[in-house]
Amino acid sequence: MITLRLAYRNLMGAGLRTWLNTIVLSMAYVIIIWQKGLLDGWNYQARHDMTNWEIGGGQYWQEDYDPYDLFTLEKSHAQIPEALTGMNPQRPVAPILIGQATIYPQGRMQSCILRGIDPEQTVLHLPSAALQQDIAEIPVVLGTRMAESTNLNVGDTATIRWRDANGTFDAADARVVRIMKTNVPTVDQGQIWVPLARLQQMMQLPGEATIIVVGQDTNETGPQEGFVFRDRKYLTKDFEDMMQVEKLSGYIMYVILLSLALLAIFDTQILAIFRRRKEIGTLIALGMTRGAVIRLFTMEGAMHGILAAFVAAIYGIPLLTMQARWGIPMPDITDNYGLAISDRIFPIYSAGLITGTTCVIMVVVTIVSFIPARTISHLNPTDAIKGKLS
Amino acid sequence: MDDSAIIEIRGLCKRFPIGNKQFTALSEVNLTIEKGEFCGLIGPSGSGKTTLLNIIGSLDVPTEGSAIVLGQSILQLTHFQASQLRNKSLGFIFQTYNLLPVYTVYENVEFPLLLLKTPAAKRRKMVLAALEAVDLADKAKSKPAQLSGGESQRVAIARAMVKDPAIVLADEPTANLDAKNSHRILQTMVKLNRDLNTTFIFASHDEKVIGYLRRQISLDDGKVVSDLKIDTPLHSAALAAKDTRMSK
Ligand SMILES: Nc1ncnc2c1ncn2[C@@H]1O[C@H](COP(=O)(O)OP(=O)(O)OP(=O)(O)O)[C@@H](O)[C@H]1O
Ligand SMILES: [Mg+2]
Repeated sequence: MITLRLAYRNLMGAGLRTWLNTIVLSMAYVIIIWQKGLLDGWNYQARHDMTNWEIGGGQYWQEDYDPYDLFTLEKSHAQIPEALTGMNPQRPVAPILIGQATIYPQGRMQSCILRGIDPEQTVLHLPSAALQQDIAEIPVVLGTRMAESTNLNVGDTATIRWRDANGTFDAADARVVRIMKTNVPTVDQGQIWVPLARLQQMMQLPGEATIIVVGQDTNETGPQEGFVFRDRKYLTKDFEDMMQVEKLSGYIMYVILLSLALLAIFDTQILAIFRRRKEIGTLIALGMTRGAVIRLFTMEGAMHGILAAFVAAIYGIPLLTMQARWGIPMPDITDNYGLAISDRIFPIYSAGLITGTTCVIMVVVTIVSFIPARTISHLNPTDAIKGKLS
Repeated sequence: MDDSAIIEIRGLCKRFPIGNKQFTALSEVNLTIEKGEFCGLIGPSGSGKTTLLNIIGSLDVPTEGSAIVLGQSILQLTHFQASQLRNKSLGFIFQTYNLLPVYTVYENVEFPLLLLKTPAAKRRKMVLAALEAVDLADKAKSKPAQLSGGESQRVAIARAMVKDPAIVLADEPTANLDAKNSHRILQTMVKLNRDLNTTFIFASHDEKVIGYLRRQISLDDGKVVSDLKIDTPLHSAALAAKDTRMSK
């Protein structure tokens, strides 16, 4: 207890230097929590969006389907299994038929993916109901990115050319009935949403689908002939891998930030022990053991961590709370990474994140303070009293 | 008055390794110091005064022979026991004052009591009494940097005396002070010695210090060359204006 008091007095007595170290450390503190919170927030939001717009509670894939190989699309379709047809309210599903096509907006040509979805599905947030239109053209829904790249607006028409199951080319006009805004680029970029029945008819694949999305609260309905179930973990693997990379680059930044702060403290400690030899000798003459002096100096250094936590709280809490409430605007370029990201991310600061960061900082600050203080045990008190080096 | 020996030094030698040779700083020192003495180790520079004082203060250990301080053999003390001895029973006064720079005068004097875990109320009384005794009660809130040399040394005396130690060890306490301040602090110490019966041991070659001693132990080249009792020292505490007493 007395060590704590003395350490506090010494630290306050050191004035400016203490506050400089404390402020540098507090910045490391706040930035680490902020960065991590941002990543956690993004992670949460992206999972949420991907689940709502794309993944649902998992997907059955026709066994030949490979999203990375467009050539497989020609054969990756099969009759929707009995158990997965119909709109069972206890087990909602959304079969999607996928086919390759070319769109000719205003005479230009652009290859695209046709996705047939049941307008009545309730599994995904897609505004599929908009497809329920009785018009001569094929009603289509586009995402904002696709609408922008094709330069199409609601009401515009464009010719679509596709191949049916027999390999015969066919073409028809499509009319944009709705443009949707989504954070999930994979259901937007290069995708054209059409009514499922219409696509089945266009491709001469009645009753067939490529993938079947199951409802979020629905679990695997058991194995289905010709289909493989892909759970959420499998479907978010790409995102997961990317998060891992983000986390790693985050860690590198923490290490750099912390190192800067720790270096300042380490330096202060070395200097203090060198300059305050006479004081150390005096403390020993006054009856402190060397162990107690080492504890005192370690505590002095470690207390930077405590002070930094307070200082960080003073400006960090309002700052971080504000960002958690209002979100952090994301620049448009992030969209081009093809990752699910909204234009505003709401960071999530969990209690675990804050206590974890605090613990890590306290521990490393203590270690960094202890290492120089340890040399006190080699100090000869009779020399130290005179301020001599020993 | 208790006349028992509180320091017993027998056949003490101290050698320092210098390169691969040994340098003998003290050889065959025999000395008995009794409670309440006001004595000094005197002699030319390099004669071993500081070395002997450090051994008595348990900051260093004899190479040969024994030093018994307050019944404890310095050679046999553990680190912890030595620190306990210094904390409870020994007061140090240094040539360069060695006050703790970030603490106020009050906190400097309070420090040994904090180590002794003296309760707060008692601590306050003792600190104020010690500051009173060295006539510095009005400087309690000052920092060492704001004090003159004489004032600093008086704070150091208060710090050494506050816990009412059995022995005060003062190494060249006047070396950095002018004549007036030297006399002042010496008179303060004479008075404390008389009032509290604290044993004072000086190491000095300052004539002013020697003038107050009631026992002069002369060292030369690490040996005790003479040991004189002085019944009527040249100077005395008679000059001291006030008769301040420290409460215990
Ligand atoms: N740690 C040490 N290592 C080597 N030699 C030492 C050490 N400490 C003291 N000495 C030597 O021992 C001798 C006695 O030193 P000491 O400091 O006791 O002298 P002193 O009588 O106090 O002198 P002064 O009046 O100058 O303070 C000196 O010659 C000194 O060089
Ligand atoms: Mg000396």
